[in-house]
Amino acid sequence: MTLPIIILLPLLAGTVLALAAARFGRNAAAWAVAAVAGASLALTLLEMPAVLAGRPLIVSWEWLPSIGLNFSFRLDGLGLMFALLILGIGLLIILYARYYLSPADSIGKFYSLLMLFMAAMLGIVLTENLLLLFAFWELTSLSSFLLIGYWSHSAEARRGARMALAVTGGGGLAMLAGFLLIGNIAGSYELSAVLDARQAIHDHPHYTLALVLVLIGAFTKSAQFPFHFWLPEAMAAPTPVSAYLHSATMVKAGVFLLARLYPVLGGSIEFEYIVSTVGLVTLVFGAYVAMFKHDIKGLLAYSTISHLGLITFLLGLDSPLSAVAAVFHIVNHATFKASLFMAAGIIDHECGTRDMRKLNGLWKYMPHTATLAMVAAASMAGVPLFNGFLSKEMFFAEALELNHLALLGHVAPVAVTFGGIFSVAYSLRFIHDVFFGGEPSGLARIPHEPPRYMKMPVEVLVVVCIAVGVLPAYTVMPLLAVAARDVVGGPLPPYDIAIWHGFTLPLLMSAIAIVGGVIMYWLLQRKFNLQLHAPASLNARLLFQNSHDGLVRLAAALTAGLQNGSLQRYLALLVTSIIALGAWPFLQNGYHAGNAALTPANGLAAAVWAMTLVAAAASVLLHRERFTAVILVGVVGLAAALTFACFSAPDLALTQFSVEVVTTVLLLVALALLPQTDPAESRPARKFRDAVLALAAGAGVAALAWAVLTRPHETISWFYLGESVPAGGGSNVVNVILVDFRGFDTFGEIIVLGIAAVGVFALMDGMRATRAAQAAGSAPLLLSVAARALLPFALLVTAFIFLRGHNLPGGGFIAGLVTAVALVMQYMADGFSATTRRLRPDYTRVIGWGIMTAGVTGVASWVFRAPFLTSTHGHPRLPVVGEVPLASAAVFDLGVYLAVVGATLLTLSVITGAGRHAPAPAQEKV
Amino acid sequence: MEFLLASALGVTTACGVYLLLRGRTFPVVLGLSLLSYAVNVFIFAMGRLAVNAPPVIAPNAATYSDPLPQALVLTAIVIGFGMTGFVMALAVRARHETGSDHVDGAAAAHEKAHVR
Repeated sequence: MTLPIIILLPLLAGTVLALAAARFGRNAAAWAVAAVAGASLALTLLEMPAVLAGRPLIVSWEWLPSIGLNFSFRLDGLGLMFALLILGIGLLIILYARYYLSPADSIGKFYSLLMLFMAAMLGIVLTENLLLLFAFWELTSLSSFLLIGYWSHSAEARRGARMALAVTGGGGLAMLAGFLLIGNIAGSYELSAVLDARQAIHDHPHYTLALVLVLIGAFTKSAQFPFHFWLPEAMAAPTPVSAYLHSATMVKAGVFLLARLYPVLGGSIEFEYIVSTVGLVTLVFGAYVAMFKHDIKGLLAYSTISHLGLITFLLGLDSPLSAVAAVFHIVNHATFKASLFMAAGIIDHECGTRDMRKLNGLWKYMPHTATLAMVAAASMAGVPLFNGFLSKEMFFAEALELNHLALLGHVAPVAVTFGGIFSVAYSLRFIHDVFFGGEPSGLARIPHEPPRYMKMPVEVLVVVCIAVGVLPAYTVMPLLAVAARDVVGGPLPPYDIAIWHGFTLPLLMSAIAIVGGVIMYWLLQRKFNLQLHAPASLNARLLFQNSHDGLVRLAAALTAGLQNGSLQRYLALLVTSIIALGAWPFLQNGYHAGNAALTPANGLAAAVWAMTLVAAAASVLLHRERFTAVILVGVVGLAAALTFACFSAPDLALTQFSVEVVTTVLLLVALALLPQTDPAESRPARKFRDAVLALAAGAGVAALAWAVLTRPHETISWFYLGESVPAGGGSNVVNVILVDFRGFDTFGEIIVLGIAAVGVFALMDGMRATRAAQAAGSAPLLLSVAARALLPFALLVTAFIFLRGHNLPGGGFIAGLVTAVALVMQYMADGFSATTRRLRPDYTRVIGWGIMTAGVTGVASWVFRAPFLTSTHGHPRLPVVGEVPLASAAVFDLGVYLAVVGATLLTLSVITGAGRHAPAPAQEKV
Repeated sequence: MEFLLASALGVTTACGVYLLLRGRTFPVVLGLSLLSYAVNVFIFAMGRLAVNAPPVIAPNAATYSDPLPQALVLTAIVIGFGMTGFVMALAVRARHETGSDHVDGAAAAHEKAHVR
């Protein structure tokens, strides 16, 4: 249980505590997060002995087993080493940031984000599941985006943050694709299973693809060429962020991934060539560019790129010793680079600039800081007695062992020596330019030593540099051994890390690098005057920026083209896409009608057919005369009702008939509030385009219908037909489906209906308009009298339709609509105001009661420990009446009835009632 | 019978789509109505055409038409009314607020008037 707690502490407690404690001052916030990180560190140390003894800890809980995502963690040597780095350096950063940030900066926000990042980073190194690893991976991208952009008022910070997120987040997606491939091959995303499936993965045809995808993830994160450009841009971050993310943690996630998956993906010629070549190029390129940077942090950023290249190069080589060297250099680089970044931050903090053309001779003002920086820089340059020397010498030795790689084998020793020379030169430049060589120029204030505790983190790291450098065997060796064993995936050959191995070739290379570097720096200063050198524009960054801007422009143009605010265009695009999608399968596979037996046509069918065709065509031709068009559309609706009646769907026919009546009434009352005719405004070209679209859509529907209707019928309805009477207690299968089998759907549908009606109510709320003159005047007396007399009968019929609905055509929907029709007739006969006065209706309440009745029926089944809407039925005997068929679904149907009545009448009455309040005429402004 | 149904569906759909693409709200709502008829009958017809075989269980019935598409379409018809009502109310209110019943608002109608 300890393992997840190590991660969850900073993730949950740390983020919240930082914000809470910041109210009590900066010290309180620092103490709070330090306590959280310290607790995590203590927990890690508790588990350390077991791991050092060679017993990795794996714990697992199922999370989403269906997709292979488990909440599983693993603490092995490699993870332990990284966790100690993350937590140890994290603690130092917490202390440093307390003094670095100014009182104007929100320290709570900073610590909270830092904790989030720390948790994500711990998640990466301690997880056992690849999908979980990906989640933490992207979480580091997100939290680093927020940290880099911490000073969000600065445009530079925002740009750097965006670029880092785009590059590392995008690389993460490629990595996910690679993980999915690997998981598919291995059959599991658990690291243990993936490690066991090494051979299967190597033999799989997708091995190279998976490898490249995972490498893109690792290279973007670890700023390898050509993805390196985001790292210098990220230097806009506050220096504690750079010291943490860009030396010890975030950028190390990439090399961690390489190390983690080395036992799975490594050992192939592709892996060796790609990884070590990219590493070598990055190593030399980064070191070269670093020499010409004027910004201290810029120099350190390129130096970091170069050192990450060095580690990548080592991890690429197919040799157990290079794995040891890589792991060793990960630790060493983290220590000296973090301390150098912190020193750069101190200089910036005290002098107000990081520009080495202004900073000179600071030795006089801050000798203590200068000493610390010099030790760290010596370690970076690979000077003996410091830790950087040890790993660098191992690296030189490994570069000499590449004979099997043909060309690379010859190039590598020369290239790494040049890399060494450059790295000595830029280290020298950092020290000489900042601390010696004249007086500072143009500083806003006289620099002095920083507060006592701001230097302490640097001191701790520098002591580590020296301790490891002098006594490697007593400091990091045990940890290194277990970590390297996990990288190699087996026992290590004997090796010896020591300062003195006798006069060897690697020692000579170290000597050449140091002497060459000094000469190089001297030459550069003398011949070219580094101070005046203007750095060339960064092509990779420009490329990124240009493609980014291009994408944004493209997206803007696409949006402007597609979404221009015209419904006509949207609908045309929609119809076109549907036609294209519908036609696609036919174009692919050809169009074939089936050969099922057809139903013979009769005279009635032909008549209805002709009626539909004529009415539909006429409604288009005459659509500008709106009143006529409404009638014609109504005729098509009646034809639909006749079709239902003709083809054995009595329920549908009844529904369609009654809906047709209320729809026509609705269209007519609404038409009274609108112009009576359409203006002739469509141009011929537009009419032609629309006609083509319409004909294509019509032809498509006809073809599809014909293709289906001529094929044999297969259905799942036998279940409903068979179970309707025994299970549903009703013989009208359509009604039983609606109120029983699919009752939950119906419940949703009456809610939608209610929402639509209430939406109409809200839309028309407070509208003031008058209707056209012809709406005035009273109805014929005969109609008025007849309607009043008819109402009780109509309601009686409604009750009959409702009650018989379960067994014969009818039911809540139809009864509701028929009731609505009867009441609409009252409105028409008596006039709106008189009917409203008489009935005093509140239709929103009726809708509410309906939905509630249906809902309560559903909930009632819980009382009997049955699921929502379980129905029951019986045939109780009543005195006088005799046996009555009863089903609980009838109560549900009553809810449907009420909701339909309420929704229909609310819609109609609200639209009819609009404009009854004020006589002010609304003019057509067009 | 199948041919009559398929062709009538095609014609109704074509007319509905044409009206749907008009520039004023009222014909658009009419087009939507026509399209709903076509869609409802289409879905219903997916259960194939059967004469004199209502899906009401009876002891002497030989065969039944498919009840499932019918149940689907029944609610669709009622919801269709709710939708028509809502769109109509939207159209009426939009005309009231903008003074124009063009689907793209008053500005588009004004522009069109100028072009003409």
